[in-house]
Amino acid sequence: MKKLDLVVRFAGEGGQGVVTSAEGLAQAATQVGYHALTYATFPSQIMGGPTWTQTRVSTTEVLSAGDELDVLVAFNKEAYDSHASAVREGGVVVYNSEEFAIADDLKSFGMPFDELAKSTGNTRAANMVVIGAIAFLVNMPQEYLEEFVTKRFTRGRTNDQQIIESNIKALSLGRDQAKNSGFNLGTLEDAKMPSVDQILIKGNEAICLGAVAAGLDFYIGYPISPATTVLVWMESNLVGPGKFVYQVSSEIEAITGILGAGFAGKKAMTATAGPGFSLMSEGLGLGWMAEIPVVVVDVQRGGPATGLPTKTEQSDLFACMHPAHGDVSLPIIAPGTVEECFYASVDALNWAERYQGPVILMSEMAIAERAQNIPKPDLSKLNVESRKVYQGSNGYMRYEGPGVTPMPIPGGPGSYTANGSEHDPIGDTTHLAERHVQMTERRFNKLNLLKDGHYESDNTHERIVIMPWGGSKGPSQEAYQELRGKLPIGWYYTMYLNPLPTSLLEELRQKELVLVPELNYQGQWSSILRSQGVNAESITQYTGLPFKVSDLIAKIENRINSHTERKAKA
Amino acid sequence: MSTKNPEYDFKWCPGCGDFGVRRALEFALADRTVEKETPVENNVVVAGIGCSGNLTHLLEGPQPFSFHGIHGRTLPIAMGVKMARPDLNVVIVAGDGDFLSIGMEHIAPQAARNLNVTAVIMDNAVYGLTKGQSSPTTNLGEITSSTPYGKMESPLNPLDLYLTLGISFIASGYSSKPRDTAKLITAAMDHPGFSIVHIQSPCTTYNDTYEILKGNAKKGIQPLLWNITEDHDPSSTDSAYNLIHSGGWPVGIIYQSSERPSLDQQHEEIHKKVGEKTARQLLDRYSL
Ligand SMILES: Cc1ncc(C[n+]2csc(CCOP(=O)(O)OP(=O)(O)O)c2C)c(N)n1
Ligand code: SF4
Ligand SMILES: [Mg+2]
Repeated sequence: MKKLDLVVRFAGEGGQGVVTSAEGLAQAATQVGYHALTYATFPSQIMGGPTWTQTRVSTTEVLSAGDELDVLVAFNKEAYDSHASAVREGGVVVYNSEEFAIADDLKSFGMPFDELAKSTGNTRAANMVVIGAIAFLVNMPQEYLEEFVTKRFTRGRTNDQQIIESNIKALSLGRDQAKNSGFNLGTLEDAKMPSVDQILIKGNEAICLGAVAAGLDFYIGYPISPATTVLVWMESNLVGPGKFVYQVSSEIEAITGILGAGFAGKKAMTATAGPGFSLMSEGLGLGWMAEIPVVVVDVQRGGPATGLPTKTEQSDLFACMHPAHGDVSLPIIAPGTVEECFYASVDALNWAERYQGPVILMSEMAIAERAQNIPKPDLSKLNVESRKVYQGSNGYMRYEGPGVTPMPIPGGPGSYTANGSEHDPIGDTTHLAERHVQMTERRFNKLNLLKDGHYESDNTHERIVIMPWGGSKGPSQEAYQELRGKLPIGWYYTMYLNPLPTSLLEELRQKELVLVPELNYQGQWSSILRSQGVNAESITQYTGLPFKVSDLIAKIENRINSHTERKAKA
Repeated sequence: MSTKNPEYDFKWCPGCGDFGVRRALEFALADRTVEKETPVENNVVVAGIGCSGNLTHLLEGPQPFSFHGIHGRTLPIAMGVKMARPDLNVVIVAGDGDFLSIGMEHIAPQAARNLNVTAVIMDNAVYGLTKGQSSPTTNLGEITSSTPYGKMESPLNPLDLYLTLGISFIASGYSSKPRDTAKLITAAMDHPGFSIVHIQSPCTTYNDTYEILKGNAKKGIQPLLWNITEDHDPSSTDSAYNLIHSGGWPVGIIYQSSERPSLDQQHEEIHKKVGEKTARQLLDRYSL
C-alpha cells in the first residue's frame, strides 16, 4: 500500500534554514496538488537558539502536524539528540555531516548540506538539497519538484534561469545522496489536484486578509509575539484612501485609539497577545459601555504575565470573555484552522458592526505561524456588514430603547456623548437605578443578534460527545475520526464561542457528557459550558505544545470508559 | 447637553474655575463655526475623568460630538478620532490629574507625532472629583487629604515639560478671563499640530488659589499671574524657556512653531506615494 502522508521535522538553530526548508517543502507539495501544513516553534533568542519546524504532506486535508516523524532533518548535533527519539520505527534521519557525525544507528545518513549547495554555484540552495533527498525517500517524481522550482524562481529577473538551474541541480544532488544511502520510506500516493483553487497562507496572514476583505479601515498596534506579524503585515498593506495604520506606544494607546476611530465611523482593529490584552482591560469595558464597534485579536501564548512568549496555549478564554470589571460579556470568535482564521476575521468585523461593541478574535501561537493550503476565498461571495448610520436631524437619542440603534458619526447629524459612565439616552452621565437597569439589559440584549453562528456536528444521536475549541480542533478531529465507529461518541465544534449558536447550546444541554480537549490547566471552556447548563468535562494539557493525537485518543477512551463504569455503578 | 437635563445630576461647586473654561470653549467653538463655516458637529470634544471632564456635559448651545471615556486616556482616544477623520476638529478637556499623572505616558508620543489636536487642561493643582488629593502640580509640602503631613514631591512645571517635549503650540491661560482664554483656544485649534492651552482653574472647595493667582494688594500678596508682553517671540524656544523660568505664571502664547508637519499631514504625504492595495490583489499573492 502506498503512503498517504509524510511527516518531516526540520530541527537546528535559528538562521540555519530550518523554516525556509519546511516552508519550501510545503510550497513544493501544495503546488503539485498535495495538502500540507507546517507547524513552527520559535527560538526564544534572536540569534540562534534551538528551533524546529514540522511539515506534514498528505493526499487529503491535513488536520494536525503529525505525532511521529517519517523523517528528521537534523541541522546540528543538538537537534539530533533532542529529536531522534520522535522518529517512528522505520523512519529516517538526514543530518548535516558538516556539523557532526554519528556512528551508524541504522536509521541515519549524513550529507554535507552547504557544500553540496556551494557546488551548484548557489550557496542558498541548501534547502533544495534537503528537499531533493526527502523527495527521493518517498519516490516523489523529480518533475514535481522541478515544476515547483521553475515557478518559484521565475520572477522576471535576468538571472532567473541561472537560479532555476542551480536549484534543480541542488535537488538532484540531494536525491543522489538519498539514493546512495539505501534508505526508502515507500512511495507517497500521487497528488490529486484539489477541485478548487488553493492558496498557501499562515494563520495571522489569513486574519489580516479577512479583515481587509471585510472593509478594515484603521489598524494600530504594539509589537508582541505572536501577534507582531499582524502589525507588520498591516503596516505594508493597509494603505489607500481613508485607511490608517500605525505603530503606537502601548496597548493602552492601541485599544483607546481604535475606540476613537470606531466612534468616528471606521472599522478599526488591533492585535495583541496576553500581556497586551491585560492592558486593554479598561478600554474594552469602555467599548462595551459606550457601544463602539472594534475588533481585538488575541493571539494566545503561554501565560500569565510574560509567561511563555514563544509557546502555544489556550488559557485566555476567561480573560477574553470577561476582560473588564463590571457586567461585561464580550463576543468571542475562536478559529481552529488557518482557513477559519480568514472567515473568523470577516465575521468579527461584521459582528462588531452588527451589535456595536468590541469583538474578540482569539487565535493562538500554534495557528498564527502555521502555513497551510486552503481553498482560495471567493471575495465576491463574502457577506460584509456595514454600520447602521444615523441620518436624521439633531436632538437624537443615541442610546434609547432595548437594542441596537443607528450610530451618529462625527461630522454628521445627531451629536451625542459616547460615554463610559452610565448614561441616559443622549449620553449624559446618570445614576438613576432604573436607567442602569435599562442600559445593562440593552447591552446584553444586543448579544442576541450574534446567536446565529454555524457549527459542525456528527453522530448527534450519541450521548457522549467531544467538543474542542480553537486550535485543538485539528488533533481532536483526527482522534475522533480514529475513534468513530469504535466507541459511542459524537462530535460538535464551533468557532462562535460567545454567544454560542442557540440550537448548538440546546443540543449540548441534552448530552450526558461533553468532553472538551483544551490547552489550559483550569479547563476554562468546560467551566463556561457548565455555567450554561452543559455537563462538560475538560481534557487538559499545559505543556506549551499542541495535543498529540495519540495522547488524545488514549485520554478520550479513558474518559468514556470511566464514565460508563460510573454510570453502571449508579 | 443643550437643555437642562434632569437626569444629569453633576454640578460644579460655586466659584469653580471650570465655569470660566467652559465659557471660553463655548466662545471658541461658536467663533469657529462662523469663521470656518462648518457645523458644530465637525467638532469632537474628548473628555477626561474628573470635575473638569464633566465640562463636556455642561456645554451650552449647539452641541459638538463628544467622547467621555476613561481616566487618563484622552490623548489616544483623540488620536483615534483625528487619524480616522483628519477633517474634524478634535479638542481634549481634562484636569491636571488626568492629563499629567495617569495620562502622562501619552504626552511624549503625541508630542513626537505632532498630533493635530488641542488639549485644554484645567489645572487646579488637586484631584477635585475624588475630594482633594495631591496632584502632580500640587506644591511641595502642601497638606491635602492624601498628604496629611505635607507633600513630598516637588511640583511639576507643565509648561516646562511641554516645551521640553517639543509640543508645537503652548499657551497658558486663566479661567476668570474667558474671552482671553477663548482667543488662546482658537489660536490653538487653528495651529496645525499638537497644541495645549494650560489653564489655571482654581478649585474653590479643595484648593482655592484665586488670591495667590490674582494677588491681594491689601494683604500685600503679589499676583502670580502676569500677561506675556508683545515683545515675546513665541517662535523661539530660548525666549519661551526664559519666560517660563522668569517667575510667576505667564499668561498668553508661550511657544508656537509650524515647522514640523503634523501626523495626519505626514501620513497623507507618505500614503499618497504608496497607492492603494485591494483585498483581491493581496489575496492573489498567496496563490499557488
Ligand atoms: C483608572 C482610574 N483610576 C482612578 C479613578 C478615580 N478618579 C476619578 S477623577 C480622578 C482625579 C481627577 O483629578 P483631575 O484630573 O485633576 O480632575 P479634577 O477633578 O481636579 O478636575 C481620579 C483619581 C478613575 N476614575 N479611574
Ligand atoms: S471640587 Fe473643586 S474642581 Fe470640583 S467642582 Fe468643586 S470646585 Fe470645581
Ligand atoms: Mg485637578
